[in-house]
Amino acid sequence: MTKNPAIELRKISKSFGPVQANKDITIRVMPGTIHGIIGENGAGKSTLMSILYGFYKADAGEIFVDGKKISIPDSQAAIAAGIGMVFQHFKLVENFSVLENIVLGAESGALLSPSLGKARAELAALAAEYELNVDPDAIIEDIGVGMQQRVEILKALYRQANILILDEPTGVLTPAEADQLFRILKRLREEGKTIILITHKLREIMDITDTVSVMRQGEMTATLRTVDTTPEDLAELMVGRKVLLRVDKAPAKPTKPVLEIQNLNMVDDFDVQRLKNINLTVKAGEILGIAGVAGNGQSELLQVLGGYSAATGIIKLNGSEIDLSTSVSGDGQARRALGMAHVPEDRQREGLIMDFMAWENAVFGYHREKSNQANRFFMDNNAIRRETEEKMKRFDVRPPNPRLTAKNFSGGNQQKIVLAREIERNPDLLLVGQPTRGVDIGAIEFIHQQIVALRDQGKAILLISVELDEILSLSDRVLVMFDGEIMGERNPANTNEKELGLLMAGVSEKAAQ
Amino acid sequence: MIDFLTLLQVLDSSLRLATPLLLVCLAGLFSERAGIFDIGLEGKLLAAAFVSAAFAAITGSVWLGLLAGILASIMLSLLHGLASITLRGDQIISGVAINFLAAGLTVVIAQDLFGQGGRTPPLKSGGRFEPINFPGATSSKEINDAGPLMQLYSELFSGHSLLVYVALLTVPLSWFILYKTRYGLRLRAVGENPAAVDTAGISVVGLRYSAVIIGGILCGIAGAYIATSLQANFTKDMSAGRGFIALAALIFAKWRPWYALSACLLFGFFFAVDTRFQNILLPAWSLSGFLILIALGLMSYIWRKDYLDKVVLGGLALGISTIALMIVFSVWNTGASSQIKIPVVFIQSLPYVLTVVVLAGFVGKAIPPRAGGQPYVKER
Repeated sequence: MTKNPAIELRKISKSFGPVQANKDITIRVMPGTIHGIIGENGAGKSTLMSILYGFYKADAGEIFVDGKKISIPDSQAAIAAGIGMVFQHFKLVENFSVLENIVLGAESGALLSPSLGKARAELAALAAEYELNVDPDAIIEDIGVGMQQRVEILKALYRQANILILDEPTGVLTPAEADQLFRILKRLREEGKTIILITHKLREIMDITDTVSVMRQGEMTATLRTVDTTPEDLAELMVGRKVLLRVDKAPAKPTKPVLEIQNLNMVDDFDVQRLKNINLTVKAGEILGIAGVAGNGQSELLQVLGGYSAATGIIKLNGSEIDLSTSVSGDGQARRALGMAHVPEDRQREGLIMDFMAWENAVFGYHREKSNQANRFFMDNNAIRRETEEKMKRFDVRPPNPRLTAKNFSGGNQQKIVLAREIERNPDLLLVGQPTRGVDIGAIEFIHQQIVALRDQGKAILLISVELDEILSLSDRVLVMFDGEIMGERNPANTNEKELGLLMAGVSEKAAQ
Repeated sequence: MIDFLTLLQVLDSSLRLATPLLLVCLAGLFSERAGIFDIGLEGKLLAAAFVSAAFAAITGSVWLGLLAGILASIMLSLLHGLASITLRGDQIISGVAINFLAAGLTVVIAQDLFGQGGRTPPLKSGGRFEPINFPGATSSKEINDAGPLMQLYSELFSGHSLLVYVALLTVPLSWFILYKTRYGLRLRAVGENPAAVDTAGISVVGLRYSAVIIGGILCGIAGAYIATSLQANFTKDMSAGRGFIALAALIFAKWRPWYALSACLLFGFFFAVDTRFQNILLPAWSLSGFLILIALGLMSYIWRKDYLDKVVLGGLALGISTIALMIVFSVWNTGASSQIKIPVVFIQSLPYVLTVVVLAGFVGKAIPPRAGGQPYVKER
């Protein structure tokens, strides 16, 4: 065994001010393997990979590629060393063609057309070699995310990458698209490429990797052969304690309908119909999950329900009809008064004001309530702060300091602040969008428990998530949305990801049979 | 009726007045395509106008004046670059500051150097860009007797200063650079998604600086043109909002070079109409008919708009119709002159009114470069 590792990092350390993001990281990745790196948010995975791709310079440590020590001061050097990176958020120019994006930065001369011609020929060769077909003249914003990801992979291959790093690649894909990606990755492995897969999904690690490294709080806690480990072991290594991966809940006892939606239609500002004839009912004491690939109308449904998009149709909350004709400010206020609470999908833009302090964020939407007023003119800030601190403790927000600005909390703690604000008002209906997006495993467990507890108090919950695992484990009933329509209803107890995946891809009931 | 020669003269003057707009508009195009908003175009134009006029007056050489004007404009561009690219400041604030800086400094320095109340002395021959007469063009004395083709050749094509032709050539050149070269691809990419450029291993900072410097050069030429060719000296605030009108033209042109040419020629045409026709007499009937047409146009535009748009623009339409009706009634009742004189100030304000109309979004959806105005911060 004299084969050199494709990549070897020795004692890499990096700190940002007082925060040690990476501490003495040592890792060896053998060529022709798929190596997984798993860890919670903030464990330092992305920092490590950014060091490898020349975005950051390590404070200490050495990098070896194919046994040769190199330094990577910038991305150019990383590309030259044969390292390619597919970021979680694609780095593509949306209104350029596929070809232009691939050529960008790797042009063969000052004039464009010879470069494009050369790239077109090479792209055809790559497509044939790795079964990575894309239309070179398609505009990026017109193609799906799965295709965009292929363009990112092709970009790296076009630059002669031998080592491919993928950061959370399946976050935006349907299960079918993810399977396709994994086939491509396996194919790349067969061709001798080395792949580093960063993910927080345990299932992906188990399915596709040969070896796996676990990171926690900036340190590498273990490197194992995938066949020698289990998801439970990995979760424990990531979090540092035993974690319940399945949600523990009793069967639902649904009673009267709380939210009734009839023939809901919505057309957006660009005259695109986003919601088509939506009919659904959420009863007290149940969790209704809506599954679907991002961008199929779920966000719009939440926006209409939350009162910031106009629509046509009937929405009844506790039996009384809501005015849908206009979206005027104050509408959300009226709905809150009727017993609706809303945990929006994008907590950083809709759920919180990132530059405001936790206690200010914890009172938004309810700031006009009597209990928060000191007298006619002023708010009772001291009382709000005290109450917020207690709430933060109950919801395990760390640190429980109401004077810290929202942006200084981690994603999971930000989400807990929003949840605490909405749940503690004891609503009849809770709308929850992507409750655990970008949230650590430990916090996911807590958030799921809170949602189930609210259900058990006899409240109605509408859950929207792109994470199928989450939908399946939390919901009592599941609806699948595709292209603004509801494709069908399933009982989570007797369905599976494959069946839901087909519905999510728009394959209707009849065609599926 | 307007005869052919008069029309040619108006077009000729449109071209001359469009030239500084076009250069500044293309300057803004390079800068904004790279993701740097440039409100400071006006200031750069003004500073370049002053510096070129001053240098031309002192040295007697228009070429030294041009060079100095370009350098002054580049200096201000670099200041804008330092604030908005290196220090990642607010691009609008930096641009506004440059405008104030130029408006104040030019007059103060001019007063100190020449003591003529903030002007520069009139430029003599040699200190100005002279018109270039094409071979065979008739002189202005004989133009009335020439045939229409000869009039077209002599009046419209021939007889402009070198910088007018330079400005016109800049249009295809910009198009070529932007769409046919590697540099253009990168420049457009950095204005749309700098992260894509950065991860491809190209310097975002370098690209953006190069774009603002190109903008500086073009503004410099434009400034030299207004002070040494259009006029023969520098006067206070002589840029007269051209930088802002060029920005409007840029939006009108949707950040494309050839569209920029048409937009600037249109604005130039309005300026030309303003200088050529100081007093326009219009029959009352056609004037009120025209006003009512505008009101109807407004009404149909707001038909599917929001409540607020309906109130504001509907009110405007109502006001316009009222004026039209008042004109009709006063002519009807008093039998007063059925010819109405359009006030000079109204004609003069036309280019500026058009600017506001353009900016209010009457030209359809103009999508700016997506990363425009945002400093690039490397994430992760």
